[in-house]
Amino acid sequence: MAEATTASTNTSTAVPAEKVSGPWRDAWKAFRKNKIAMAGLIMIVFFILIAILAPVIAPYEFDKQVLRDRLKPPSSSHWFGTDDLGRDLFTRVLYGARISLWVGTFSVVGSIILGTFLGILAGFYGKWIDMVISRLFDILLAFPSILLAIAIVAILGPSLQNALLAIAIVNIPTYGRLVRAKVLSLKNEEYITAARAIGMKNSAILLRHILPNSLTPIIVQGTLGIATAIIEAAALGFLGLGAQPPTPEWGKMLSDSRQFIATAPWTVVFPGISIMLTVLAFNLMGDGLRDALDPRMKS
Amino acid sequence: MVPVLVGMTIIVFSIIHAIPGDPAETILGQKATEQSKEALREQLGLNNPWYQQYFSYMGDLLKGDLGQSIRTRVPIAQEITPYLAATAELTVAAMAFAIFFGVNAGIISAWKQNSWFDYICMLIALIGVSMPIFWLGLMEQWIFSLKLHWLPSIGRMNQRDPVEAVTNLYVIDSIIAGRWDQLWTVCRHLILPSIALGTIPMAVIARMTRSSMLEVMNSDFVRTAKAKGLSQFIVIYKHALKNAFIPVLTVIGLQTGALLGGAVLTETIFAWPGVGRYIYEAISSRDYPVIQSGILVIAFIFVIINLIVDLLYAAVDPRIRYR
Repeated sequence: MAEATTASTNTSTAVPAEKVSGPWRDAWKAFRKNKIAMAGLIMIVFFILIAILAPVIAPYEFDKQVLRDRLKPPSSSHWFGTDDLGRDLFTRVLYGARISLWVGTFSVVGSIILGTFLGILAGFYGKWIDMVISRLFDILLAFPSILLAIAIVAILGPSLQNALLAIAIVNIPTYGRLVRAKVLSLKNEEYITAARAIGMKNSAILLRHILPNSLTPIIVQGTLGIATAIIEAAALGFLGLGAQPPTPEWGKMLSDSRQFIATAPWTVVFPGISIMLTVLAFNLMGDGLRDALDPRMKS
Repeated sequence: MVPVLVGMTIIVFSIIHAIPGDPAETILGQKATEQSKEALREQLGLNNPWYQQYFSYMGDLLKGDLGQSIRTRVPIAQEITPYLAATAELTVAAMAFAIFFGVNAGIISAWKQNSWFDYICMLIALIGVSMPIFWLGLMEQWIFSLKLHWLPSIGRMNQRDPVEAVTNLYVIDSIIAGRWDQLWTVCRHLILPSIALGTIPMAVIARMTRSSMLEVMNSDFVRTAKAKGLSQFIVIYKHALKNAFIPVLTVIGLQTGALLGGAVLTETIFAWPGVGRYIYEAISSRDYPVIQSGILVIAFIFVIINLIVDLLYAAVDPRIRYR
């Protein structure tokens, strides 16, 4: 309490005492101390800004072909050089950030929504529902995820939307299992029994108590999951099963340029570095979040 | 395990049925005649009710019949064997690379915690897990084959002077044939793809070994071993590693499975004639029976690997046997 009062007197506007300390604030403090995690966060913010501002920053249009400028090395007019159709690579890499972040984020959001729903059903209601859902997760996890994604896209046909959908589907069990385990451990807590004793409905218990308490592992896993999803999307794009031309998707750019690697290596270097840095940023931040949010590791 | 296997067959079986619209038209293209479409439907058994189709599919599988390729008209079970061997060779080489470097880097990092070696190893591991393997493969090709001319960039061996295929594992085949010159070329061909494929597992294994070793190094029995005056090398590699190995083993198993998926990408880049490439080519030619069986075989191997890992636990940790 003494700490709280000094903290509130230090700030110019009076801050209510409960805001000074709390699980999220503690986590943020721990996160901020973790230099590597902060580096990840800063990189992510940087990439998000690039994605949003791409049309403003980009010096050219991403699909503008200037055939006399084919495969030009990096220069002051083309910072990253040009590709085999004379398109400015810097512009295309900038726009690529939009696609990768979009696919990464939304596929993970999709997996989380479905995974959480199934995980709660399995964990909270148990019995045959749990058995069916858990078996389904086991089966989905029995396939290497990229292979299952390839199969789904092979069925639905290659496109960015279908790649997003496929990545979302193959990652459902990761979140489902996580939530199920969390729900199982929470279910027998005394405050849940208390909530039941005062006549709270199942749906209210789920929404008010169980869901908020399952949030931490989902946030950590979700951040790391975006990294995986971005790599998977790029892999599908690389195999020609994701984004279609002229969409400036990083994986597709790599596969289009690989035949020119000996004469025009910049066409392969820059999109690849972009994928790696974006994925690295989410991995760093995910690791940091786990350290900050997981009380077991706090000691 | 049996329900998982059955579930896998249901999913793989559904692949062809999940194609929107008429599968026969999707496979043959819109210009196909009604006659040829009907013939294909008959061949794939698509005219029967789905449960009949599934049971005959299962019956065939149990007899070891994986169906027939639409493109080459060869039974898949026969066609897939050399591809499987190629993937097995690549996977083993990649895993050997990943385990050797991953485990040792993890051990030394834990031993010399917070040293510059530790920092560099963990930085490499962090970059390693974030590396898209297809890009790493391309960069390797560019630097080590096209620029420096140290290693071959594609293929498995010198095709103009092949070794007789016995096991289709070319390392073993060239030893059987006593062709040491070919053994050398085969190994050289293996280096770049196995590094590309093995980098992510190596990074994951290194991180897991390090954290697991750090936990064990603080325990009483390690202190006792040290107090007995055992050399540091024996304390670490014999006493500590044995106890730290269970989580590492889990990761190795999981990564081997993930590697089978990564093989699709590596094999495409290095023109490696493995199952991944086999499936990839089947997708571009809409050869659905091959897609189905290829995926099923890989998933089956994945399950077997996980089973082996479970059995290995008992071998590594006697406590598990008595439970």
